[in-house]
This record gives sequence, structure tokens and C-alpha cells, in this order.
Amino acid sequence: MEFFTISMLNGLSYGLLLFMLSSGLTLIFSMMGVLNFAHASFYMLGAYIAYSISRFTGFWPGLVIAPVVVGLLGALFERSCLRRVHKFGHVPELLITFGLAFVIGELVLLIWGRTAVEFPPPEVLRGPAFTIVNSSQTGLAIVAGKADAAMCSAADAAVRVVCSPFPATRGFMMLVALAMLVALWLLLTRTRIGLVIQSALTHPEMVESLGHNVPRVFMLVFGAGSALAGLAGVIGGSTFVTEPAMAATVGSVIFVVVVVGGMGSLAGAFVASLLIGIIQTFAVAFDYSLVGAVKSLGIPISAGAADNSLLKLTVSQIAPILPYLFLVLILIFRPKGLLGTREG
Amino acid sequence: MSTGVARAPIVAQGRPLPGRRVLVWSGFALVFAIAPLIFRSDFSVSILSQVAIAIVACLSYNMLLGQGGMLSFGHAVYSGLGTFVAVHAMLAIANGTLPVPTSLIPFVGGLAGMFFAIILGYVTTKKAGTPFAMITLGLGELVTAMALMIPEFFGGEGGVSANRSAGKSFLGITYGPQIQVYYLLALYAFVSTAAMFAFTRTPLGRMLNAVRDNPERVEFIGYSTQRVRFFSFVIAGFFAGIAGGMAALNFEIATAEVVGAGRSGLYLFFTFLGGATFFFGPIIGAVLMVLGFALFSEVTKAWQLYLGLIFLFMVMYAPGGIASLIMMNVRVAKYKKLHRLWGWYAGLVAASLVMLVGAAALIEMVYHLQLGGAGEPTLGYLGVTLDTTSAVTWIGAAVVFAIGFVALEATRRRFALAWGAIQMEIESDMTFKEPSPVDVPADLPEHGAAASAEAGKP
Repeated sequence: MEFFTISMLNGLSYGLLLFMLSSGLTLIFSMMGVLNFAHASFYMLGAYIAYSISRFTGFWPGLVIAPVVVGLLGALFERSCLRRVHKFGHVPELLITFGLAFVIGELVLLIWGRTAVEFPPPEVLRGPAFTIVNSSQTGLAIVAGKADAAMCSAADAAVRVVCSPFPATRGFMMLVALAMLVALWLLLTRTRIGLVIQSALTHPEMVESLGHNVPRVFMLVFGAGSALAGLAGVIGGSTFVTEPAMAATVGSVIFVVVVVGGMGSLAGAFVASLLIGIIQTFAVAFDYSLVGAVKSLGIPISAGAADNSLLKLTVSQIAPILPYLFLVLILIFRPKGLLGTREG
Repeated sequence: MSTGVARAPIVAQGRPLPGRRVLVWSGFALVFAIAPLIFRSDFSVSILSQVAIAIVACLSYNMLLGQGGMLSFGHAVYSGLGTFVAVHAMLAIANGTLPVPTSLIPFVGGLAGMFFAIILGYVTTKKAGTPFAMITLGLGELVTAMALMIPEFFGGEGGVSANRSAGKSFLGITYGPQIQVYYLLALYAFVSTAAMFAFTRTPLGRMLNAVRDNPERVEFIGYSTQRVRFFSFVIAGFFAGIAGGMAALNFEIATAEVVGAGRSGLYLFFTFLGGATFFFGPIIGAVLMVLGFALFSEVTKAWQLYLGLIFLFMVMYAPGGIASLIMMNVRVAKYKKLHRLWGWYAGLVAASLVMLVGAAALIEMVYHLQLGGAGEPTLGYLGVTLDTTSAVTWIGAAVVFAIGFVALEATRRRFALAWGAIQMEIESDMTFKEPSPVDVPADLPEHGAAASAEAGKP
């Protein structure tokens, strides 16, 4: 039970982090028809910039400043590069974001080096947020913060006590993501600029003829999307690891999220993010393989088959490729994505 | 180029002067034949072999990108799996279990590439445009991850290696010496290039162009765009596999890296740099790719950063690649107006050189600091010594960069006006005079002209 709860929470927090990234990507895509290949690079940039700031001022100013810087860089890129190639069509647009991803990757190597940098979360977030204590005597209990050693060790050998802590960084990640989700929703549905953005998604010419500056709206959306990616990067970088490969690790997963959820569907991106976050987290925890499954059914297997590396693969080993398998299955059985409306 | 009058000569040149084409192709074959006689060292012959491989790989990639408008991020999957199967075939030949001469190894790789293109392409080509790009990316990741999970076939981290000279020798050809391998690879490269050019002239090749330009209309006249994409994808996979098989013969090893996203990205980069809108563009790109890896990586450690920056500039200012730059100037030269551009070109080159010197100084200094600089605060750069601890050096480099940037931008704007004026004159010449049949170079698909006209407006 406590395994399930903790894994579920971990999965949810990872899924919410994915959503922080995929929401910006989806918004940019549905607005400008551009899939921003550099989106994950903005995520990485957010982490690295926050790391540099945190060396002088600590974590919290970095959390605020880094997304702003990344957002400005994103807006600058849209204004000076992306807008210029817009007239050439979709393939050059994709290519320029791909080129940007490459350049950002090289710049990060150039400035911060090839190895991972030390970017720890702040002191407050280092311990567990709460601990689930499962005792065979008293049942489940939830303790805020770290459970003290006395609670986790039973005096009586017959009593089994398991303490499962939930890291505070994960909790913080969920908190920020949910706050962002609500803010985004309020912004899109309750404010004037949100209405302009929504209408510019479907009827850009009409919005333009009503006197709104649609290219500037595009720039704002691109900048805001990049800022969200940067924010996710600060949190993701401090929770996991800040390294030059972090863009590639998360980049292809968020593209899977966007396709699985349905191109351009924000709700779809939300569902797919959570789904993939949970699937990947649970898969990592399972150590079962085909060989093991067959054995537990009581079917004898030859030594050769038991040594076959394909059959020997455990669920946790194939966890990294599960999103892509999921992608292929979705494309075969539901090509427009979970909540998508258009077939592209 | 949108007027009917202007388009007429392009359609009329469907079968251009046959003599000209024979000349171009025999020149191409001649280059392959005599190149190792001019560049005789072992190093150059190995470079030339790699060029032959890269040409086939980039041309097969351009079948998707240039001719089909399909931006694939996973092309290395097909060339890489071709390499793996080819290496296993070489091992089987050495065992005596496969009665196939070593010369056919690239063909084996091609069949493997085709096989995997049929399986994976079925999923991939269901979509076009952006979803296509993302699916190829996902599948590329999938295959890369699988490559490390199945060590029986992929050999794990170390890869699989084989010996190309293990087969029976034929007429004294053992494929031991690199020069023998080079000529085999050159033969494959030439035949594959010819076959891929022929493909652009088949009905399927033409339909592929139509699917790229106007898929809706293609559907209306009764073709399945998905099927056209699928067949073309399979053929592109076949030629990618041939390139993979050639690589297997040349390097005698296959590691997981050959199916990776990095390799796919390189194909994309250099095909685009060479010029995706022209058939011969990827050949230029392929040559640049091999030379870049062999030579530029010796000059500076940050060469991939320069490569990325060049790529960004090309996408913004010349989306037709180097080939389109050449062809646009050939067109200007045909109308005897090129002399009016020389001054501009000199200005552009001078300004970009200034900018480049400044930017490169900054990049090299940062790189020097990042790598620890071997304890030295100074580095040699273009014959001068830069001190990374002094603010003057940094400001100086930045100022040089800024001057170059401003000068380049100013020159570029004026150049764009001059260029536009010349293009207008050419257009009006074409409309009022009977255009010459060599108006558009013969060996190009007709979209090249339209694309270059568009690209000509920076």
C-alpha cells in the first residue's frame, strides 16, 4: 500500500513536471503550427542559469530570475529568427528550432562543461515532506517531515515496520506545477489577453483585423512557453540532475506526450503527461521479466531460453522505451491522440 | 515564377539535351575514378571512401526531405541497421555459412534497411509534416534504446566487428587494401546516385513531389498520399541500408552509435546545408560532412558550435542550401549580370570575416577557460596571443564582432535590394524574350527554380 502511494505520488509529480514542459510546447504548437524542438533545451537552460544564479544568491532568486531570462531569450529567438523563416514554410521552421537546440546544447557544453554540475535543492526541501509509516501492529500512519528513528524501528522483532518517505522536492514540484496549471487556466479563460490568445489560435486574421498585434501575441506566447520550460528546468534540474544530456532525456519524452495526447490539445497533453509519468515511475519499480513470469506459471524453460537477453529483460530495464512503445501503439490504434481532434 | 509564360520553359525541359546529361554523369564517374590517383595517401583514400558512403546516405535522406517534404529525425535507424546486418553477413561469410561474395555486402545492407523501413515505415508514414518528424524521432530513440538491450545482435557497448577480407578472393581482389574497398564503394555510390536520380523521374518520384507540394490535391485525383509516402520511404530505407552496408565494409565494425539520434541529426544537417531543393545538393553536403569531421575537428574543438551557427544562418538566409546559392548565381551569370554583384559579394565576405574573427575569438576564449586552458591564461589565435584574464581582450573581441555584425547587416540589406532588382530584370527578360532552353539547369527537378526564387529574397 505504501509502495503504491509513494510510487503514485512520484509518478504524479514526474507527470506534472512533464506537463509543465508539454503545456508550453502544445500552446506554441497550436498557435503557430511550430513544433519547438528547442523546448527541452530551454528547460536545460533554465536549470543551468538557475545554477549559476544560485551560486551567488541562493536557490530562491534563481527560481524567479532564471525563467524570466529564459523567457526573454525565447521571445528574442521568436522575434529575430523564427519570424524570419515563417514565410518559407513548416520544414524550415522545424529546422531552425532544431538548429537552435543543437546550438544551445553546444553552448551549454562550452560554458558549463561536459560533466554534471552540483545544483542541490534548498535546505528546506532536502528532507522528506512526509513519511508513511506502515506498522503491522498499528497500521498506516502519516508523519509530517522525517519520521524519527524510534518510530521506524520496532522494539519487538515480530512487528514489521516500514517507513516510506516522500521527498519534499517532489512535493514542491507538484505544488509549483499545480499552481502553474491553475494560473495558466485562469490566464487563458479569465483575462483579456487570454481571450486574444484563444481566438488567435483559430482565427488569426480576424483577430488581426480587430486591431490586435498577432505577431506580438505569438512572441509573447513563445516567450511564456519558454519561461515555463525554464521554470520546469529549475525544479527538474535541482530535483534530478543538471547535466548536458538533460535536454535529450526529457525532450523526446515530451514530444511523445504531445503526440499521445493529441497534437495541440492542452487537456490531452495533461492526461498524457500524467499517464506517461505514472507508467514510467511504476515500470522502474518492477523487476519482473518474461522468464520470471513463465517460471512463476510453473512452465519449465530451457537454460538457453532463460539466458536469452530479450526474455531476461525486466520491466524496469525497458522503462525508458515504454513511452515510445506507447507512442507506436497510439499511432496504430488512435492516430489523432487521446484527446486530439485533428488527424495531421 | 508563377506566370504561365515563365513556367513554360521548365516544363519543356523535361527531356533536356542528352549530350549535356551524359557529360555531367561521365564527369561524376571520372571524379570517382581519378580522385584516389590525385590524393594518394592512405588518409585521403579513407576520406574518399567515407565521402562515397556519405553521398549515398545524404541522397537517400534527401529522398525524404527534399523530394517528399518529410523531415525525418531517424534516418540513421535504417542505415545503422543496414550496417549491423551487413556486419553479421560478413561474419557469416567468414564462417562459410553464407555463400555470398563480399562485394554484395552493401546490397545485403540495403535489403536490411528496406526490411526495417517496411516494418517501421508503416507506422511512420501514416502521418506527414510535424507528426511525421516526431514519430521518426520517437522510433529512433526506441531503436537506439533497443540496441543496448539486445547485446546478442548489437554487441552491447563494444559493438560487433568483422573482417572484410575473410571471404574468397576474386581475380586477386581481397578487399584487404583500402584502395580496393574504395573502388567498390565508389561503384556503389555511382550506381546508387544514378538509381536515385532515375527515381526522381519515375511516376512515383513525381507523385512524391506532388505529395510534398499539395497533398490535398493528390488525394482528390485519387492517389493515396500515405501509400506514396510509404513506398518512397521504403526506397529511401533501401538506399540508406546500402550506405550502411558500405560503412560496414569500410569500418568493419558496427556500434550502437550508428543508429543513434546524433547520426540522424548529422544527415539532416548536411543534407540541408548542401541543399535539399536540388538533387545534387546532398552530394555537396556529404563532402562537407566528411571533410568537417576529418579536418575542421582538428582546427578547433568547438567546431560543432560553429556548425550549428552556420546551420541557423543558412536556414534563415538561404533555406535552399549551398546548391541553391550556386544555382541562383548561375542563373544570374546566364543573363550576364553577375559582374554587378561582385562588389557586393566582396563586401559581404569582408564583413562576415570581421564578424567571424570576433565571434570565434570569443568562443575560443570561453572554450579555453572551460577546458582549464592547461594552466595557461593565454591562447594562440590566428597568429596573435589572446590573454583570457585581461578585460581588454574580451572587449576587443566583442567590439570586432559587433562591428562585423553591423557591417554585415547593412551590406546585406543593400545587397538584398540589388539582388531583387536583378531578379526583376531577369524575370522581365524571361517574359518578353523567348527564353533559352538552358534557362534552368538540366539536371534539376523543376521545383528547384521556384524554391530558389523564393530563397533569393533574404
